[in-house]
Amino acid sequence: MNQPVLLSPLLRQERMPHIWCPGCGVGVSLNCFVRAVEKSGIPQDRIHVVSGIGCTGRVAGYVNVDSFHTTHGRALCFATGLALSRPDSRVVVYSGDGDLTAIGGNHLIHTARRNVDMVVICVNNFTYGMTGGQVTPTTPENMKASTTPYGNFEYTFNLPALMEACGATFVSRWTVFHVRQLIRSLEKALKHRGFSFIEVLSPCPTLYMRRNRLGNPLNMMEQFKERSVIRNGEGTAGTSLEEGADLIVGDFIEVRRATFKECYERRMTEVLGERFVPYEGVR
Amino acid sequence: MADHTAGGGSSRLRGYVVIIEERCKGCAFCQAFCPTGALEMSDRMNRAGYHLPVLRFPEKCNGCDLCGMYCPDFAIRGVRNRPREDV
Repeated sequence: MNQPVLLSPLLRQERMPHIWCPGCGVGVSLNCFVRAVEKSGIPQDRIHVVSGIGCTGRVAGYVNVDSFHTTHGRALCFATGLALSRPDSRVVVYSGDGDLTAIGGNHLIHTARRNVDMVVICVNNFTYGMTGGQVTPTTPENMKASTTPYGNFEYTFNLPALMEACGATFVSRWTVFHVRQLIRSLEKALKHRGFSFIEVLSPCPTLYMRRNRLGNPLNMMEQFKERSVIRNGEGTAGTSLEEGADLIVGDFIEVRRATFKECYERRMTEVLGERFVPYEGVR
Repeated sequence: MADHTAGGGSSRLRGYVVIIEERCKGCAFCQAFCPTGALEMSDRMNRAGYHLPVLRFPEKCNGCDLCGMYCPDFAIRGVRNRPREDV
């Protein structure tokens, strides 16, 4: 029998139990990620996890691989450097919505545009968890946050559509209710060459749900179960998260385009010819 | 680690669960999404004061490990007594 995930060598067992609140979805997503890595067969020393700041940013401290816990919003910058200097490794950016789309929004757009070969897992819990429940670009309209006590009046980001527009080559969205699909999707993304973006919707019982009186985490899981509609391979049109509308999940986009490194090498070979020596890594 | 197991090794039962009690935070995801309804939240608490799930109906458990996939705390897993090839 395989090594049970509870005692997986991919987790730093001595640091368990972790700091996430009871019913937080970050743990479920990490559970799925560990299973996907084990299924994909990537060796432990060939996978690197980069995290920013926040609740989800703590993932880098719990995975037993070479990991970075970087400055707020800049996980993608560190990961770009890592992906280019270690072309034989898989780089995974594991961070939250506040870190990736708000503070690091610019980096997210441009890393997707360049199609850097990495997997980005964005755990969207609709709020800034660790810093005290402030509003994020993904907070749904009319929802309360500590900085919007009368409700959020801004328009909300639709992350899969943003990523498709920026040129990401693998885009999907799942919730922490869809564990089997999420494992399968993460496994696909780990094998995909190019920029892969996976949004994982997750309950934040302590800040977002309590402030908006949404009940306990099980209520939100039930909502995910009832409202979600799976739409694989049909693009990201109509996937915005609106109040009362269907919650569209699925693997929306999977295309193959030349990655940042391939484009660079192609252009340099065109211009420099035999004088150009491609970088093969440091091993 | 204190493991709570029920039905382990018995050939009559299809599966069982293993719980690492110190890690559990009592979120009840395992109990809510168990496809056969084998788990139940008990009155027993761990050291941190969280209520623990318990395998109330061992004959219902088929060891599918869906509880293990939903567990945010890496505290529970299902084990099949007869491993199946297709999972």
